[in-house]
Amino acid sequence: MRDRSVRPALWRMGVIALAVVLTFSLVGCAKDDTEATNTAPAPVEKTKIVLASTTSTQDSGLFDVLIPAFEKANPEYTVEVIAVGSGEAMKMGENKDADVLLVHSPAAEKAFMEAGFGTERRDVMYNDFVLVGPASDPAGVKSAADLNAVMAALAQGKAPFMTRDDKSGTNAKELKLWTDASVSPTATASAADWYLSTGQGMGETLKITNEKQGYTLADRATFLTSKGALDLVILREGDKALLNQYGVIPVTDATHLDGGVAFMEWITSAEGQKVIGEFGIEKFGEALFTPNAQ
Amino acid sequence: MGIFIDAFRDGLAMLASGAADVWTIVLVSIQVSGMAVLLALVLGIPAGFVLGTKRFVGRRFMLIIANTGMGLPPVVVGLVVAMLLSRRGPFGSLELLYSQPAMVIAQLVIALPIVAAVSAAAVSAVPRELRLQARSLGASPLQEAFMTLKEARMGLIAAVAAGFGSIISEVGAVTMVGGNLAGKTRVMTTAIVQYTRMGDYGPALALAAVLMGMVLIVNILLARVQSSAERYEA
Repeated sequence: MRDRSVRPALWRMGVIALAVVLTFSLVGCAKDDTEATNTAPAPVEKTKIVLASTTSTQDSGLFDVLIPAFEKANPEYTVEVIAVGSGEAMKMGENKDADVLLVHSPAAEKAFMEAGFGTERRDVMYNDFVLVGPASDPAGVKSAADLNAVMAALAQGKAPFMTRDDKSGTNAKELKLWTDASVSPTATASAADWYLSTGQGMGETLKITNEKQGYTLADRATFLTSKGALDLVILREGDKALLNQYGVIPVTDATHLDGGVAFMEWITSAEGQKVIGEFGIEKFGEALFTPNAQ
Repeated sequence: MGIFIDAFRDGLAMLASGAADVWTIVLVSIQVSGMAVLLALVLGIPAGFVLGTKRFVGRRFMLIIANTGMGLPPVVVGLVVAMLLSRRGPFGSLELLYSQPAMVIAQLVIALPIVAAVSAAAVSAVPRELRLQARSLGASPLQEAFMTLKEARMGLIAAVAAGFGSIISEVGAVTMVGGNLAGKTRVMTTAIVQYTRMGDYGPALALAAVLMGMVLIVNILLARVQSSAERYEA
């Protein structure tokens, strides 16, 4: 008896609850609609431009200050940042899925320009790469005479080395360091044990490096941003080969090429360069990027 | 459509050439998800049996937990498992994060509630009278359990399919606890994400085809098992 009277009551409560949820979701949609119609006749029609950039730039937090500053200076545009590896960023440019690129892979950028995919390329800023690893430094890179000796020491495989292996700018730089040192890490005898390919962004790769207590090449910005959660230290920095130049490229025939060009003009202007030069000082006590537009 | 045709041609060529990397990725996927689903069955079917047939205090609550667990967001599982296993976490000394065992753990947590809840539903659909009759004919509790599970086999097969399907196609948790390390923890889903990020649509599409083919084959096999079971019944 009791069961029979309770069950329908529960049922009814369930139906009511569902109805309430559905009503709220409908109200939610309706609200969105009214908001959309309210903003539509706003004074300025905003154009959305797509900026393809790299995960390391995104992870550094630079866009959180750079994009609002650009949108304030150019209220006719809003910027959507797609953070991928430099490789895919340029692929997005090729496919016209982006209006403007901010990347750091000089050799690939050159090829991109030569293929006619970009209208123009300008230097924007640089930061530098750092070689990070456990403080105990089992591979002994601290005492190595120069970068080439560092790479040779790493290739002995005494500790894991994480390679991003994702065609990113950081990955391109890492590969160049091996080439310059005439070392082929994949050709070493125990490569499968020490040369580990993560195929992921800088933040993730640093976390993996931390767990394996190995080495990796990181951009300084991402390392500073995430080092609180890491038991890793900078073991090598300042070498000239570790500089990391960023370039801005508006995409040929992009949907909103005007916006792409406006972004390039602003980021290389005195105003944009100032925002870049000040970024990070407050939080880390040092600037993360050095502006160097011509 | 040119983008698809080009990518598909590249991908097929890559698969046909037997590029070791691609097949290693497929193998790691099968290894990890196979192990996870096996453990989920070993733990989930007995749990489902108890939930579906026994009456005890807290049963309703546990059924709600199992049913909620079916909708457990894999990224949440990934996050919690990653925190537990991380070097600074409570189980850090095991050094398990970014290894295959870590992936099996995460996938097991995702698949277990699915297997348990689906088998509980299957088992509870077996007529109670049948179990009572078996017992009155002198069946031991174990024999009774096996008979019930045999009667519920259709539902149990569905539990396997649902569990395996949910983890083989999952990407969030395995990235967070596996780390996508080449030759070690790189599986089809994480590799597809990576290749797409790199703009290498060819291998991404090839792996996508293998992944979909695998899910299809598993379901075809299960359907055959089911239909042959039906014939046996008739």
